[in-house]
Amino acid sequence: MKTILNSVKNIEQIFGVLAKKIQRPDLIFITVEKKQVLSVLSHLRDIEEYTHLVMITAIDYLEQGKFQILYLLHNYKNNTDLGVKTFISREDAHMYSAHHLWGQVATYQRELHEMFGIDFPGSPRVNENFALEGWEGIPPMRRDFDTLRYSQETYNFRKGRATNDPKKYMKKNLHKE
Amino acid sequence: MKEKKYDILPNSELKAEDRDLFCDARPVPVSKLNKYMEKLVNWARANSLWFLAFGTGCGAVEVRPLMTARFDAYRYGIAGRPTPRQSGIILIGGYASVKTLKRIIRSYEQMQNPKFVISLCSCSINGGMYFDSYNTINQIDKYIPVDVYITGCMPRPEAIIAGFNKLKDRIKAGNAEGANKYAENFDYYKANQKKIIKDWNMPDYNW
Repeated sequence: MKTILNSVKNIEQIFGVLAKKIQRPDLIFITVEKKQVLSVLSHLRDIEEYTHLVMITAIDYLEQGKFQILYLLHNYKNNTDLGVKTFISREDAHMYSAHHLWGQVATYQRELHEMFGIDFPGSPRVNENFALEGWEGIPPMRRDFDTLRYSQETYNFRKGRATNDPKKYMKKNLHKE
Repeated sequence: MKEKKYDILPNSELKAEDRDLFCDARPVPVSKLNKYMEKLVNWARANSLWFLAFGTGCGAVEVRPLMTARFDAYRYGIAGRPTPRQSGIILIGGYASVKTLKRIIRSYEQMQNPKFVISLCSCSINGGMYFDSYNTINQIDKYIPVDVYITGCMPRPEAIIAGFNKLKDRIKAGNAEGANKYAENFDYYKANQKKIIKDWNMPDYNW
């Protein structure tokens, strides 16, 4: 039976891996170049038996000016998970569409397009509304979006709402010194 | 002759060819019957509270035990109905995202007069734990008139029954005039709704 370490070794030899992290014996994350992602994904799906796409998500590295996109795959034969990561530019955020590999990819890409503003040219219905209908301004999951300020400006706060800092509140009321 | 401000609703967000398909009349307040008849009718209304089975947030999970064997709200004349046309109450089950609020407004406007609103959970009162969310409204009574609030995160079925009893008292006393309030302050509610719902592809009044 193919092991996850063998699969990672094959990827390293064929496509090259920028970074590798062994999280658990059955969970490994590899970082590959943006150009190699689609090849790596189809290799993993068709040859290494990672047939199930668990999810696609993005992480905003604001300080470095990058987005990280993570594809998490699952192998039903040996019950292991393999995460494929890649970095894309934050300024000109677009990624190659992988909707031909799994049907559900198009939905994930629609969500990423709406929540992070990452474009996937050629992906079906990628410009349509997903959960936010008629959203204007910067996408809400980007880290430079100030969600508290947006909420205060858009949805009126009811007067009388009090917020306590838990640390100070505990010190004042429970642990007087 | 003095011109009224809006006789018909503009329905300006609809496409021109669709405007004929929808009603453009404004909601009108319903005047009360005479004193004794109104009392009788209010007594009848208070004892058949049919609510729209539309779970709008996490508070809606407490409606299942409310209706099933243990709490059995049918003995109070409370029943769930599948469509807005058949129901007289809408339960706001906690937080309402902007997308859900659009559906709440559609459903509320389709309900027949007299109609009442019960709002569960703290999220619809002041935002609750989602007070800083980009997508969750903080005050439901800016968008539709609310008769009874039930606090809690989430309120237990006992609290919901207490809220229904409170609503019964209000109806019997003739104070639950939410639908008339909505019709009278229609421009205020509509302006608030349109301020946050950007993708308004429906008529101004979904009758």
